Amino acid sequence: MAKRIDVSGLTAYYGSHKAIEDISMTVEPRSVTAFIGPSGCGKSTFLRTLNRMHEVTSGGRVEGKVLLDDEDLYGAGVDPVSVRREVGMVFQRPNPFPTMSIFDNVAAGLRLNGSYKKGELSDVVEKSLKGANLWNEVKDRLNKPGSGLSGGQQQRLCIARAIAVEPKVLLMDEPCSALDPISTLAIEDLIGELKERFTIVIVTHNMQQAARVSDRTAFFNLAAVGQPGKLIEIDDTERIFSNPSVQATEDYISGRFG
Amino acid sequence: MSHAITDKRPSTLRGASLPKWSPYAFAACSVAVAIGIGVAAGLSSKIQWGLIAAVLFVVITYGVAARVEGRRQAKDRIATSFVWVAFLIALVPLVSLVWVTVSRGVKVLDVYFLTHSMGVVADSEPGGGIYAAILGSLEQVALATLIAAPIGVLTAIYLVEYGRGSLARAITFFVDVMTGIPSIVAGLFILSLMLIFEMQPFGFAGSLALAILMMPIVVRSTEEMLKLVPNELREASLALGVPKWRTILKVVLPTSLGGITTGIMLAIARIAGETAPVLLLVWGNPFINANPFEGAQASLPLYIYQQYANSSGSGAAYDRAWAASLTLIAFVMILNLVARGIARWKAPKTGR
Repeated sequence: MAKRIDVSGLTAYYGSHKAIEDISMTVEPRSVTAFIGPSGCGKSTFLRTLNRMHEVTSGGRVEGKVLLDDEDLYGAGVDPVSVRREVGMVFQRPNPFPTMSIFDNVAAGLRLNGSYKKGELSDVVEKSLKGANLWNEVKDRLNKPGSGLSGGQQQRLCIARAIAVEPKVLLMDEPCSALDPISTLAIEDLIGELKERFTIVIVTHNMQQAARVSDRTAFFNLAAVGQPGKLIEIDDTERIFSNPSVQATEDYISGRFG
Repeated sequence: MSHAITDKRPSTLRGASLPKWSPYAFAACSVAVAIGIGVAAGLSSKIQWGLIAAVLFVVITYGVAARVEGRRQAKDRIATSFVWVAFLIALVPLVSLVWVTVSRGVKVLDVYFLTHSMGVVADSEPGGGIYAAILGSLEQVALATLIAAPIGVLTAIYLVEYGRGSLARAITFFVDVMTGIPSIVAGLFILSLMLIFEMQPFGFAGSLALAILMMPIVVRSTEEMLKLVPNELREASLALGVPKWRTILKVVLPTSLGGITTGIMLAIARIAGETAPVLLLVWGNPFINANPFEGAQASLPLYIYQQYANSSGSGAAYDRAWAASLTLIAFVMILNLVARGIARWKAPKTGR
């Protein structure tokens, strides 16, 4: 039940500081779109505008439109809570709830929303953990605290937690930057499987990762420190990494910048 | 080739060092010399002896270490010995307070003392007990906690999770001001209300004054605990589509529950020993009065004061005052232990 995202003319602020300016793009359903670009260019900010997490930061506000299958996320009367149920998110650092067991962590979304039927909970937990390739590692210790897992397992636990609520879109903010290469590989394989069911947007600093996992790649850049970040181009990943249409993209990808 | 170097030059990494037992030797030595000086000079105060020993300890440590080990190590040792001396000096009043209270308090502290009240026992005679005072204290403190803890925790939640702008700043400011309110002023405030409504002293009036004193402490400690909850947990919960209030209720509060409980327990311990507002509002009562909403009640700190003040030097009353103090200290200590237990029990788990 993946959905398409259509962004047009999106500008985001932190207080009076303009972080990103006038971004327009389309994210196809059942595909992986990667955002690359230097630090501070607004990739994460842009990602967080896609499920209205940007406004959680104090002073955060947004102008422009984000259409999720023709429905504007920033339209009048739209409840950010419902938006976040449709558009899930995985963060840079694994953040399982420390007071909850592995089972409770995965069930947290359903339980805290109160939107589940009795008896279906354990099925959902099993399905989500299997979906995150974690089931075999934790099925004997579902009642142990989630913070006892390794970093890579915790991150997959967070992915299981995010997909348990059946979102339409999954946003990933540098999900592998705190992980070792083997855990990274596990997550990348997982992303390949998850795109059958979800629209996936991933922010990454690792260009090889973008090349490996994504179908389309967007390159962000900023003119100077303090200037707002802008979308330079978005294209098929293959084209971006072989024959980008903008010189700045080629410079960044080949390491000839700054 | 590094392994070819075989000549026995003195190591640059190892220098002369004092044996491990040297601090104890310095301590024993300085105490001995201090006693010698004290006897020789005929100093009567043992405190002077102790201070001389402390100064000698620091001086001897520095002198010997500078001679044997060098100046840097000597400075290290002098810093360490200052820390030890400061620690021991800080311990003196604490230990002596506990020692005096226990040694004097156990004289009359028994089951009879805990389960009987003064009744018609005259203040200057032996007998009687603190049952009414314990009952009164427990009721007043419990009622004060019931008022102050929820308001304090909710205020802290507002300040940390919702508070923006001038209202939050104003609340923070007034909480800071309230932390410094002398307890007698809180008592006078409630007393003025009591006089307006022409009421007689009763236990709940004391609870109200105690609640005023307790609230800012609860707000402050809860605020700090909520700030310790990582923002990532809030974001993780919000990103799951959980409304903010449920995020606070189900993620933020459980994560910080141990710390919040500890803060409330410490606030209770703080108000359990308040005397001034109780003196004004509850008055004290030698008879058992289990109803905090009507009639004067007893209370432990007030009992201690009255036994001391109203008995014109009777030994029996002094013994009772000490025994009541011991009970009060024990009560506060038990609360602290309970708080620690809850904090450990509720702490986020890390086991595998």
